[in-house]
Amino acid sequence: MSGYIISIAVFVGIWVSLALSLNILVGYAGQVSLGHAAFFGIGAYTSAVLTVRYEQSFWVGILAAILVTGIVGAFLGLPSLRVRHDFLVLATMGINFVVVAIFKYVDFFGGAMGLVNLPAPALLGLSFRGGPAYLTLVWIYAGLTLLVSWYLSQTWAGLALNTVRIDEEAAEAVGVSVPRFKIYAFVISAALAGGAGSLYAHFIGSVFPDTFAFVESIAILSMVIVGGVGTLRGPIFGAVLLKSAPEFLRFAQDYRFTLYGALLVLMMLFQPMGLLGKESWLWNLARRRFRRAPSSALAPEEVS
Amino acid sequence: MPIAQNLSNALVLASTYILMAVGLTMVYGVLKILHIAHAAVYTIGAFIGLLMFGWIGNFWLALVAAMLASGVVGVLIYRATYFYMLDAPRIVPLIASIGLFVMLTDLLQKDFLMGPYQKAFPAGGAGMPRIRTEYFSITPKQMLVLVVAIVLITILYLVQTRTRLGLSWQAAAMDRDMAAAVGVNLNQVVALNFFIGSALAGAGGVLVGVYNNSVFATMGDLVSYKAFIIIVLGGMGSVPGVIVASVVLAIIENFLVASVGYVLPRDAIAFLVLILMLMFRPHGLLGRE
Repeated sequence: MSGYIISIAVFVGIWVSLALSLNILVGYAGQVSLGHAAFFGIGAYTSAVLTVRYEQSFWVGILAAILVTGIVGAFLGLPSLRVRHDFLVLATMGINFVVVAIFKYVDFFGGAMGLVNLPAPALLGLSFRGGPAYLTLVWIYAGLTLLVSWYLSQTWAGLALNTVRIDEEAAEAVGVSVPRFKIYAFVISAALAGGAGSLYAHFIGSVFPDTFAFVESIAILSMVIVGGVGTLRGPIFGAVLLKSAPEFLRFAQDYRFTLYGALLVLMMLFQPMGLLGKESWLWNLARRRFRRAPSSALAPEEVS
Repeated sequence: MPIAQNLSNALVLASTYILMAVGLTMVYGVLKILHIAHAAVYTIGAFIGLLMFGWIGNFWLALVAAMLASGVVGVLIYRATYFYMLDAPRIVPLIASIGLFVMLTDLLQKDFLMGPYQKAFPAGGAGMPRIRTEYFSITPKQMLVLVVAIVLITILYLVQTRTRLGLSWQAAAMDRDMAAAVGVNLNQVVALNFFIGSALAGAGGVLVGVYNNSVFATMGDLVSYKAFIIIVLGGMGSVPGVIVASVVLAIIENFLVASVGYVLPRDAIAFLVLILMLMFRPHGLLGRE
């Protein structure tokens, strides 16, 4: 594999983790956030500050990134207890701006020049810089994110989040503490995005405030929505599609945000549940194809 | 002197905020949709105003053309997207409007439209007088912004309170289904609503373009975020609330920057205000719970 392909695969892996983590918030708990890039950035900066300013290793950096972002997530989730829908979108958008402004105007975080010379992860004296080793690491993390998402959907907490999404009053009525589960969703979603931020920072080797701006939040949300909100396959598919398309299509490179925007509008007009979402046209088609084959193979046996 | 001067500067700033935010709050009032793409309409207004100004050379004609064009763009946006989403869950039009905003802003930056550069809008004060007193002075450009904003808002006020359309609008804002039941033509009211709100945003874009002598593709971003803050402060859907909130925000910004200087950029301060408002007074300064 050439270095170019590897770096695309690394980015795709990181954004798969980001999309899956946002999906926990939007798809499971129904809290639409336009500030996910802030968590991504907080993770990246935590890791960068620890490794560059305090000379810790990457492993300390990524663990701290997950931890710190999770804690910050609990605080930044507080507005969701007071406001819903449009207002929450505004609040999370505001959070994104404030966080980027802090990175940009506080010297400790390197200001507009960012932080540079982040070390590559190393294990037993072997460096992960570039190459397939880092790719493996990123995809192990993406796998972990998927595992957490899947596990969450199987637990009581997952059911509780579903109830919160569908009807908050009903959730309270059956004994689900809405505030508690909203904050849980924010913490888990933020923590997972924080780890992805750390992986991104150490792959690039530097962090700049504008990487984590509001438009990136829109990009991540697009991936979740286009793929299929609330499912596991959807965000993965959305991230792979939207993150890799600009690399292969010249048009998609120049018109990246036109494409994202148009896709969001078209999806909302025709397939609000996403390309591979529940009851979407494509998914139903695939499922019918998939089902017909085994059933016809089984049919003769049943007869005999 | 600085107080009077700061106050008059704040009023000019507030006028531009009002023009932008009134359309947003009108759309929210009737449809309960957060029309994020409104920012793009504002930029399109400034762009068309600049084009027409270069073409005809008369500022007032350019302003009217820009307002008409923005109004049409607003109605088109409504008919192409939100119209089909009125009964969908609220997240659907919300995401569509984010998409529209991203798409339009990105398209505007392409070379065949505005390109990524700032363009000058050399309309000067369009013949407005300069006012200079002992306590404050108002430049012709500031005068232009104030006069146009006051005239437009007065017209809007008269339309809303004295005409049948205004009454229908108020009825629809109160209860859409009930208004339809008593014979309000909802489609027409909503379309006119978009037209007027977008035309005002277009006027705001032109005025800001002239005032800063610069028009560029992303000029709507910051103002639109400010406009969200304003409609939250004003209590979503309330036009008088928007006017009060615009003045309050402009005064806070002006005096804070004048007295404290830069701790955080003032836009970040505005967002902190927004988050605190949402946390503690989500129904706005004037809105009712």
